[in-house]
Amino acid sequence: MNRSKTKILIKNGRVVDPANQVDAVMDILLEGSRISRVANGINDRADTVIDAAGRLVMPGIVDMHVHLREPGREDKETIASGTRAAAKGGVTSVLAMPNTSPAIDCAGSVALLKGIIHKTAAVNVFIAGAITSGRQGKALTDIVKLKKEGIVAISDDGASVDSDELMLRALKEAKKAGVLVICHCEDKKLSAHGAVNLGIVSTRMGLRGISKESEYKRVQRDVDLAKKSGSCVHIAHISCSESVEIIASAKKKRIKVTAETAPHYFSLAEEAVSGFDTNLKMNPPLRGDADVAAVRQGLADGTIDVIASDHAPHTENEKEIEFERAEFGVTGLETELAVCITELIRSGVLDWSGLVKKLALNPAGILGIDKGTLRAGADADLIVVNPDQEWVVQKERLVSKSKNSAFLGKRLNGVVEYTICGGKIVYQL
Amino acid sequence: MNWTRKDLLGLEELSREEIELVLATAESFKEVSTREIKKVPALRGKTVVNLFYEPSTRTRVSFEVAAKRLSADVITILTETSSVRKGETLIDTGRNIEALKVDIIVVRNNYSGAAAMLARHVKASVVNAGDGWHEHPTQALLDIFTLKEKLGKITGLNVSIVGDIAHSRVARSNIWGLAKLGAKVTVCAPAILIPPGIEKMGVKVTHDIDAALREADAVNVLRMQFERDEESVFPQQLEYFKKFGITEERLERAKKNIIVMHPGPINRGIEMSSGVADGANSVILEQVTNGIAVRMAVLFLVAQANEQIKNENTD
Repeated sequence: MNRSKTKILIKNGRVVDPANQVDAVMDILLEGSRISRVANGINDRADTVIDAAGRLVMPGIVDMHVHLREPGREDKETIASGTRAAAKGGVTSVLAMPNTSPAIDCAGSVALLKGIIHKTAAVNVFIAGAITSGRQGKALTDIVKLKKEGIVAISDDGASVDSDELMLRALKEAKKAGVLVICHCEDKKLSAHGAVNLGIVSTRMGLRGISKESEYKRVQRDVDLAKKSGSCVHIAHISCSESVEIIASAKKKRIKVTAETAPHYFSLAEEAVSGFDTNLKMNPPLRGDADVAAVRQGLADGTIDVIASDHAPHTENEKEIEFERAEFGVTGLETELAVCITELIRSGVLDWSGLVKKLALNPAGILGIDKGTLRAGADADLIVVNPDQEWVVQKERLVSKSKNSAFLGKRLNGVVEYTICGGKIVYQL
Repeated sequence: MNWTRKDLLGLEELSREEIELVLATAESFKEVSTREIKKVPALRGKTVVNLFYEPSTRTRVSFEVAAKRLSADVITILTETSSVRKGETLIDTGRNIEALKVDIIVVRNNYSGAAAMLARHVKASVVNAGDGWHEHPTQALLDIFTLKEKLGKITGLNVSIVGDIAHSRVARSNIWGLAKLGAKVTVCAPAILIPPGIEKMGVKVTHDIDAALREADAVNVLRMQFERDEESVFPQQLEYFKKFGITEERLERAKKNIIVMHPGPINRGIEMSSGVADGANSVILEQVTNGIAVRMAVLFLVAQANEQIKNENTD
């Protein structure tokens, strides 16, 4: 054993590690960048001893839907600021979406991004490349080359590839290259110019609505293309009951589809937006109560595999304007765990093992990265959480460069006390 | 009952009592316009700015007259002549106007929610003179005032609103106000111009103009804004008149004393025939007259409430 490795000992925490069917009070010893032992009564001498009595110890969150905005929009967020927000939120791995400026659509831009990550990131950053050049939906990127440069998934997130034929080719190429395809499901012909969910709320507010059809018809198409191509597709940010049903039925037919939702879709309904608060404007929009219930049910029964933040930082200048002109999107890295605890654990939708699956184990598996587990030998990415402590989301205390949280002023339960990434304490309360 | 709001942004958030207070206040102001010297000193020394981002003659002039009859100083800013064209945000424009120590900003804007946004960022009172498709509260208040004046009450009345409901702030404000005062509201339009879920606002929906008129004590006919039909969803003008236009013949099958209203400006021969517009049932010009009293009441109430709020804050 190399004695020069830093040792961290986490004592007496309730270790929740569904990858190894563990949910028990235990000790965890970290040596260097890896987990060394998970057992009872570890009394090794360590450089740092964390008393985790009454706390949960779980794999760090693997957030597979994050917009870090760098390169191009460093006024909204940077790799440095976004990954520090992640660390505060208990997120040790993020998948950076490629809708930057320039888009991550060639080996050169992946290399550029990797350089920035290497220099400035506080947690692990994995990279998604674009499906099409410039995310224009016209010409496929060189997926094999992107993969060689290190991407783990492709997505045109923020846009959907409209052409069925092109999308089918993308799926086939991705299968060959061994990368995941993440689908932003939106038919812009059906959602065009909408600002909130189509229905009573858009009617009352006097705004154009975004229909549920614009989402679920595209979910259906991408499921059909997954079947046709035999490739895996991952459906991002599910918001409505019809999408949940389509995925449930596809899974029954053994089509290789996985699905993700974001915390706001199981905690907030369209009614919340009726005061024209642009921090509640996102795409897809907040839906009706029945949709919120369906998303929660989909999480409970396993139809929805993943919870990811869809962290979408925007400056105040882009949000403090007329509702229709304001950008879509909300931040989420710093609130996602607490929203999950408040909305899902406390109401019994998920148990702790179930939650760790959605936040860490499942996304790691879907992306094919060796994360989300606390087995001996695994990367020492883990968090210590006080599950009961209440806090209020305050603008001034957010670490992200942008403050457009959908939960400002809300009381949430669950505070991250330590975030350890690669054996280093990257955040401490 | 006291008015405590610094702003008037919409009728959705008002209580029945608050709406009734505006109507009662308007009633007391109506007489001022019949005097030889049409002026009271209620807002003497106050400054009102009309900030209009959309062309409007009727509403703008009505607010100007109302403010002047209350002895306020009035300035009107049209976007064509302001730095809004240079890209200034609504909030910045509002704050600059406020820096001129203005008391009330009357705002007309093509974005839904714009008045509410402005109100959150300035201490001056904000009166919504129409925001996008969202609300046009003073128009609905003057419609309701006129109706009450004509028929003595609102509770129990059958009121039909005909026309482009989907894109109409006048319709939305009328629906909230009428429903709160106990009227039974029916909206009537081609299906494409009925927004989804509107039944949940407490109205009945029909696509049959004769059914809409049959039981109606009053019909409020909306302007078909063909000039704004960006999405080309409107039916042909003549086709619309045939199916939904209010004609003398159709009125003959309605209640004899049915009140016909229109927020103006009228497209004669599209929403209604000239005979109806100028006929015995029409109260269209009375609406214009009443608009002054209602807007005087609104300006007076928000100014008074804001004074109160400022005094409380300095105490």
